[in-house]
Amino acid sequence: MARTVSTRRKLIVTAIAWAIGLLIFFPILWTILTSFKTEGEAIALPPKFLFFDWTLENYGVVQERSDYLKFAMNSIMLALGSTFFALVIAIPSAWAMAFAPGRRTKDLLMWMLSTKMMPPVGALLPIYLIFRDFGLLDTRGGIITVLMLLNLPILIWMLYTYFKEIPGEILEASRMDGASLGKELLYVLTPMAIPGIASTLLLNIILAWNEAFWTLALTTKDAAPLTQFIASYSSPEGLFWAKLSAASTMAIAPILVLGWFAQKQLVRGLTFGAVK
Amino acid sequence: MKPVFTGVLGAFMFAALASTAIAETKLTIATVNNGDMIRMQGLTDDFTKANPDISLEWVTLEENVLREKVTTDIAAKGGQFDVLTIGTYEVPIWGKKGWLVPLTEVDDPADLLPAIAGGLTVDGKLMAAPFYGESSMVMYRTDLMDKAGLKMPDAPTWEFIGQAARAMTDKAAEVYGVCLRGKAGWGENMAFLTAASNSFGARWFDENWKPQFDQPEWKATLDYYLSLMADAGPPGASSNGFNENLALFNSGKCGMWIDATVAASFVTGKESTVADKVGFALAPDNGLGKRGNWLWAWSLAIPAGTQKNEAAQKFVSWATSKHYTELVAEKEGWANVPPGTRTSLYANAEYAKVPFAKMTLDSINSADPTNPSVKPVPYVGVQFVAIPEFAGIATTVGQIFSAALAGEKTADEALAEAQTAATREMTKAGYIK
Amino acid sequence: MSMATQQTRALGKLAVSPSVFALFMWMIVPLAMTIYFSFLRYNLLDPNPICSLLSPDALLDAENRCLAGITNYSYFLTDPAFFKAMGNSLKLVGWVLVISVVGGTLLALLLDQAFYGRGFVRIMMIAPFLVMPTVSALVWKNMMMNPVSGFLAYLFKLVGLQPIDWFAHAPMTAVVLMVAWQWVPFATLILLTSLQSLDEEQKEAAEMDGTPPLSYFFYIVLPHLIRPMTVVILIETIFLLNIFAEIYVTGTAGRAGNLPFLVYQYGLIANDIGGASAGGIIAVILANIVAVFLMRMIGKNLDT
Repeated sequence: MARTVSTRRKLIVTAIAWAIGLLIFFPILWTILTSFKTEGEAIALPPKFLFFDWTLENYGVVQERSDYLKFAMNSIMLALGSTFFALVIAIPSAWAMAFAPGRRTKDLLMWMLSTKMMPPVGALLPIYLIFRDFGLLDTRGGIITVLMLLNLPILIWMLYTYFKEIPGEILEASRMDGASLGKELLYVLTPMAIPGIASTLLLNIILAWNEAFWTLALTTKDAAPLTQFIASYSSPEGLFWAKLSAASTMAIAPILVLGWFAQKQLVRGLTFGAVK
Repeated sequence: MKPVFTGVLGAFMFAALASTAIAETKLTIATVNNGDMIRMQGLTDDFTKANPDISLEWVTLEENVLREKVTTDIAAKGGQFDVLTIGTYEVPIWGKKGWLVPLTEVDDPADLLPAIAGGLTVDGKLMAAPFYGESSMVMYRTDLMDKAGLKMPDAPTWEFIGQAARAMTDKAAEVYGVCLRGKAGWGENMAFLTAASNSFGARWFDENWKPQFDQPEWKATLDYYLSLMADAGPPGASSNGFNENLALFNSGKCGMWIDATVAASFVTGKESTVADKVGFALAPDNGLGKRGNWLWAWSLAIPAGTQKNEAAQKFVSWATSKHYTELVAEKEGWANVPPGTRTSLYANAEYAKVPFAKMTLDSINSADPTNPSVKPVPYVGVQFVAIPEFAGIATTVGQIFSAALAGEKTADEALAEAQTAATREMTKAGYIK
Repeated sequence: MSMATQQTRALGKLAVSPSVFALFMWMIVPLAMTIYFSFLRYNLLDPNPICSLLSPDALLDAENRCLAGITNYSYFLTDPAFFKAMGNSLKLVGWVLVISVVGGTLLALLLDQAFYGRGFVRIMMIAPFLVMPTVSALVWKNMMMNPVSGFLAYLFKLVGLQPIDWFAHAPMTAVVLMVAWQWVPFATLILLTSLQSLDEEQKEAAEMDGTPPLSYFFYIVLPHLIRPMTVVILIETIFLLNIFAEIYVTGTAGRAGNLPFLVYQYGLIANDIGGASAGGIIAVILANIVAVFLMRMIGKNLDT
């Protein structure tokens, strides 16, 4: 039952919305534009929007200097790997908390969230030493584990609130039909929870992609993701704005593209139990 | 299943054999993202052709991130790197702790500039080979000096600099007489201020390790700096580091810039709008016997306990050799050769044609890390103090002085705060009993 | 509606145990080590730890590191930068929360309307959240806020005003602005999702009744949004307490540095692991206090 809105009103709202949208998006837009300028033009004032010497030289320099593909592949593997393993652990946990709650479930949830309270740098050396002793430094497995543990509390919480909205009767019915827990999870719960799981998945990919403390501290070259790629452009000697813009664009482009395709999903899934 | 199984097994064995046949040593090199290092990465074919059994893998990072990663790695024995790029601050400290392997294959060690080699030698052994060396000097706009009717001497005094800066300033036209570092950091504003303070007769600590910020010499330094920047400095100076000032100078907004000698190749290069109007002079002094310039060398070192010592030594020797210098000169011109490491470079007739070569050499030679200040000091280091606690203390003091530059506190307040902070840390570390 | 039979309860405990175990190890092992380090005089670079903090015959641990008692804690707490850092931590969290809840609500209301090109505008508004904090900080610092060549400086000059030197004169504002830019989209997303679940029938009824828009907002929309706002506040607080990249990149540590940054200064610049560990523990305690307050204030809204 769609509400009809007057075209005039639609146009006004369109104008306002686009203006605000562009305002918010501007820094990113500016970065992308600057990546196509020469260094001299990058710092020139007044800033030029369209009529400058478009050049691909910055991308060329960046590609030559650092192996973008290697970093990007690592970022992808870390994001997907940590998300996969996190979901494998989080779904059963969220199920348990939503459908078989004990007296302590709320406290457990709060405790899980509290594990994120320590400033990571306080625990840097202990984790570094543990990784060193187990040979996990600069391994993808090691950093995937860390990323998974970092985001597990948030994922469990998101899934928990989503699962709570699912009517328990359906699960009970499947159990009475003789389904084991595993089957119940896989064949009954998961299909119903796809929107929630999908947006949880997306959120974790974003968080893992952008995590810049542990990825810098625990990787060197084999497992180094794009966050380290950016760290080599952030403040060298000499003019660097255009190159930095190119590197930044290359670093955020994949996630922006993902966000574009998945935005409906994101919007649909982040209900946190607010859907009545 | 059986044929499949044997097939897979065979493939594995083949792969295993194949990899052992090419016994290749892979060196992981941690380096800083400055122009010279990046240039080296482009020239590594020269090395790998001569050493086909060694392959190089580069980890390039911004200076602060690099320092943190390398320090954590070497102190916690992570073993992630085979060759490190570290500076004249780390080498004495790490060398004393036995964390570095003495270098044995450096090309003609006697040729290294004494001031720099001295900073990299511990117990008579060379612990790191300098890849590039720098001091600091004055870079000025010849046209603006002419316009103000002044002539820059080769060895100016701070008083002259102050006069010239104020004369060249035209804030309405966005021309600022002098651009100086103001960004907080022990290697940023504190490098400049510490080096300058030497020429004012100040020092960081006296012989009993008591901080000296409450003394008249430091007050003279800070007062001069703050008043000069207020009269003749650009806005936003308190966030300006090397890059920001470079951008300002290159776009014509600075009358003078006192900073690293390596800046010379940038301000006369193709990205500068004032490339043909630049002159050079030694860092200023106050007639007390020490000039206000600093000394720094990025050097290559090998961590102790490495399994790849031989290959690493070969690499370090290649990267800091005369041959490498010639290679760069051949491919990119003499102006782009890594400066400040060897006497032979400066004796070279071709290099002498580079406009800033002589000034760079004179600046480096006039800095003495073992006697940085007019008064006696218990430490080595011109613009730093080679003790582990320095980085932390100088970071705090840098923040205090940067805040003073931003107008948040007076010079006296800043000095008092700096004195308290430094005394606290030195007591905690056990230097002050 | 408890359908938790005995058997389900047991299964439930089993299902939860992997995550509990993993998180427990993740928390307890570094925490224990950090607590241990916080009682040591442990500097990564010291040649020989000089046990001057206690008497000359002080206790040493297995690796000859001096036991420091509570000196690390007392030094951290008496550091002049400590109270400032704590204040900045709270200010940063507080301001960004306010901006993101208010801003997020307004943007969500806007995006809930019908207009042309909604998909485009939506992704433009969400984009800041997708950017790496380091990249965001670099872009803001260099290309937007630079007082001479930055874009904002250009705009100011265009209207004849003196450009603001953000990092010198308004560092906290600058950091809040940068962080809020990234988190408002997050709040918008969550609030928008909730808005879109608002009953169509209620909307129609309100319209037919001729309810003025403001009343509609305050009596129908806002109560519906309380729950997602709570979620936003909780999640954002967790992340905002540990903001690091923006302060690091912009070099505003002296004036806008927060608690995690102070810990970083102790640990990775001064290499004082003992001090940094003590700082980390103090930060955890403070964060937990903040969490308890939060839960008291808004926890009831989470009850399902």
